[in-house]
Amino acid sequence: MPASAMTTRATATGAPTPGRRLLAACGLLALLAGPAHAQGTIRIGMTAADIPLTHGQPDQGFEGNRFTGIPLYDALTAWDLSAADRPSAVIPGLATEWAVDAADKTRWVFRLRPGVVFHDGSPFNADAVVWNVRKVLDREAPHYDPRQVGLTATRMPALRRAEKIDDLTVALITSEPDSLLPINLTNLFMASPTQWEKHRAASPNAETAWNTFAREPAGTGPFKLTRFVARERVEMVRNDAYWGTKAKADRIVLLPIPEANARTAALLSGQVDWIEAPAPDTVPQLRSRQMVITQNLQPHVWPWQPCFTAGNPMADVRVRKALNLAIDREGLKQLLGGFMVAPVGTVAPGHPWWGNPSFQIRTDKAEARRLLAEAGYTAQRPLTLKIQISASGSGQMQPLPMNEFLQQDLKQVGVNIEFDVVDWNTLFTNWRQGCQAASARGAHATNVSFAAMDPFFAMVRFWDSRMAPPVSNNWGHFSDPRFDAMIREARSTFDPAARDAALAKLHAAGVDEALFIWIAHDVSPRAMTPRIRGYVQPQSWFVDLRLPYVQ
Amino acid sequence: MILYLLRRIVYAIPIALAVGFVCFMLVQIAPGDPINAIVPPDAPADVVEQVRKDYGLDKPLPVQFALWLSKVVVGDLGRSLATGRPVWSDLRTAIANTLTLAFTASSLGFILGCVLGGLAGTFRGTFIDRTAVGVAVAGVSVPHYWLGMVMVVIFSVQLNWLPAMGAGPGGSSDWAWDWDHMKHLVLPAVTLSVIPMGIVTRTVRGIVAEIMNQEFITALRGKGLTRSGVFFHVVKNAAPNALAVMGLQLGYLMGGSILVETVFSWPGTGLLLNSAIFQRDLPVLQGTILVLAMFFVALNLLVDLVQTALDPRIKRA
Repeated sequence: MPASAMTTRATATGAPTPGRRLLAACGLLALLAGPAHAQGTIRIGMTAADIPLTHGQPDQGFEGNRFTGIPLYDALTAWDLSAADRPSAVIPGLATEWAVDAADKTRWVFRLRPGVVFHDGSPFNADAVVWNVRKVLDREAPHYDPRQVGLTATRMPALRRAEKIDDLTVALITSEPDSLLPINLTNLFMASPTQWEKHRAASPNAETAWNTFAREPAGTGPFKLTRFVARERVEMVRNDAYWGTKAKADRIVLLPIPEANARTAALLSGQVDWIEAPAPDTVPQLRSRQMVITQNLQPHVWPWQPCFTAGNPMADVRVRKALNLAIDREGLKQLLGGFMVAPVGTVAPGHPWWGNPSFQIRTDKAEARRLLAEAGYTAQRPLTLKIQISASGSGQMQPLPMNEFLQQDLKQVGVNIEFDVVDWNTLFTNWRQGCQAASARGAHATNVSFAAMDPFFAMVRFWDSRMAPPVSNNWGHFSDPRFDAMIREARSTFDPAARDAALAKLHAAGVDEALFIWIAHDVSPRAMTPRIRGYVQPQSWFVDLRLPYVQ
Repeated sequence: MILYLLRRIVYAIPIALAVGFVCFMLVQIAPGDPINAIVPPDAPADVVEQVRKDYGLDKPLPVQFALWLSKVVVGDLGRSLATGRPVWSDLRTAIANTLTLAFTASSLGFILGCVLGGLAGTFRGTFIDRTAVGVAVAGVSVPHYWLGMVMVVIFSVQLNWLPAMGAGPGGSSDWAWDWDHMKHLVLPAVTLSVIPMGIVTRTVRGIVAEIMNQEFITALRGKGLTRSGVFFHVVKNAAPNALAVMGLQLGYLMGGSILVETVFSWPGTGLLLNSAIFQRDLPVLQGTILVLAMFFVALNLLVDLVQTALDPRIKRA
């Protein structure tokens, strides 16, 4: 019985007996103690069609990191997810401090947090770090797992190996000086070598051992996995031996519900307490049933990425600026029921990488027409562009209605938009091949959304000429020695404040050159019952599941 | 009979090969890349190539197909590209869940279909006939995923009587035939039963109407047989054809419930196929389709055998 209910009954039935007084006092104490004693199970409906991998390097995009990465595991560095009003910053995780070697800028030294133990009781130390780096980077390691390579090495492009210095100190070696390594390392989760060896002893090969590990994993995170039903559910309980702030909820249940209407129905019928990405047209109904809808700016960009090759109209900065100015982002926001933020760059003003660009992204159709005319496009000679888009996809928001809105909107400034609609898998396969490849089918821009938490993924891979296909995602073959130099400077500046200043310079230059058509930032809408308290939606793809609890 | 059985089993081998080959080629022909099941979209080229090599996806297509086939013949359906788990372990659970749903839905559909079809055939041209035919036409015409969503809105969201999704309070792994679990089955089973109900109603109506017009029925009545006695003869004559239709419908339900399973997040083969298609998870796709195709073949064989047993006029060589 809830404490409040007990107190009410004591007064309602007349003079309280000593026993009732005691009960009431207990209830009052419980109330005063508040969330520290809060408990309960939070059932979450994910958008994923399957449980994200639980062996320490989750799949299913950042939803995987959000739900089976960060809650079960820790990395050397972590994101600060405690506040909603500022961009998430990198903070110490399993490493308490780090610095690049003054004599060798490809060698970083990390001091590890003492006294941390994995869920299986084994100690976390330098050997565990070396073991976890080898699982994805050393093909000769007995525990090397190809499946985890794609999910991890991708996000740490410069890391090459790890060396133990002593039990609580480890050196990480990169292929070239790279100041972004501490940010990249938020993606390398530490799994227990002891637990894996235990499973390996009972398995015919390393792959099977990893599969068993996924069912019975051991990380150092604030939750421990207690039940795994493939494709259906994962149950986690609070790790009472956690080294940091302990979780408030007792238990988290994760359910994959890929269909948006099914997720909404599950919430409304009380089968779950929290759903990711409710169907936008159901939001009024959710609100009418007292559900809480949360959103916040996310480091996410929904752009048109231009092709810069010679002769392409998008190679002309006046055209790119005109398109950025012609879009009615407020109208688009209304279309999305308010679930977007109008971007003014890859990051928002106030972000350490903002840099105060001189080109202001806004809606100014007259200026857009002027720029187009200056570039030689008029009513008699209209600009026609072909954009490769998908019909759906992770992070793609609602690509069809959004693009159709843009098509109508840009028609007002005399720009004709044609679409080449392909499925999501095809769109991002083509993304790696570039706009000169046959797969682009003559598209002038591609519409692939991306995460912008890490400078490499937010800017470097698009604007560095060395990242042109097939190396990375510089789909448009953008090449400018000025940008290459700025990127080199940022990657080789190791003082965090100076590095951020270099990144801000890079970002401002990118906006001034209108290197994207910035259309929307996602706001990661979630719906949850009013019984969920303590929830904070940070400006991040992730959430801190230690904070919410059920009242 | 044994020779007949053996012949039918031998016939299944080329069907299995063809299904495996067509499925393999369809996935290859479709745009996109199976490697996307393993690496994120922003993976650099060297990582993509390394993983492609690790998984043998860099080998020529005939070699990949031959390698897959050589494992299948010894009962190994391979491992999921996305999860790394053996295909069979996921497929086994999914088949059990789909069988639970398909048998419940088909039982419901067959019983209702036989009752409605029998009534309509017996009372041809009456209000009962027209009502039964109307229900049958509605059953085969209404998109079942739409019906599913409407039922969720009514029975789960508004009335809060039945759960909207899932296969039990703790998932399907601890399934039991108690109300806590069975209430998860009600909405998907009713939704899925609508099409077989409509088809069986129309089939049974046609068969019953035809039998009722035959002279032996008049003769039976003339001999003074009671209504229930005549009914027994009608059922006996209608059963083989009705059974054939039901067998086919059960086969369709096994493989054709992708939409319903997705709407209700029912963890069966449909949901498994759905996610495998979106992830280009080639081993899961091939394994699931192959097993479903073999199930369909086996089901047809079973129906043929039962038909033979029920109807002595059907002679097999």
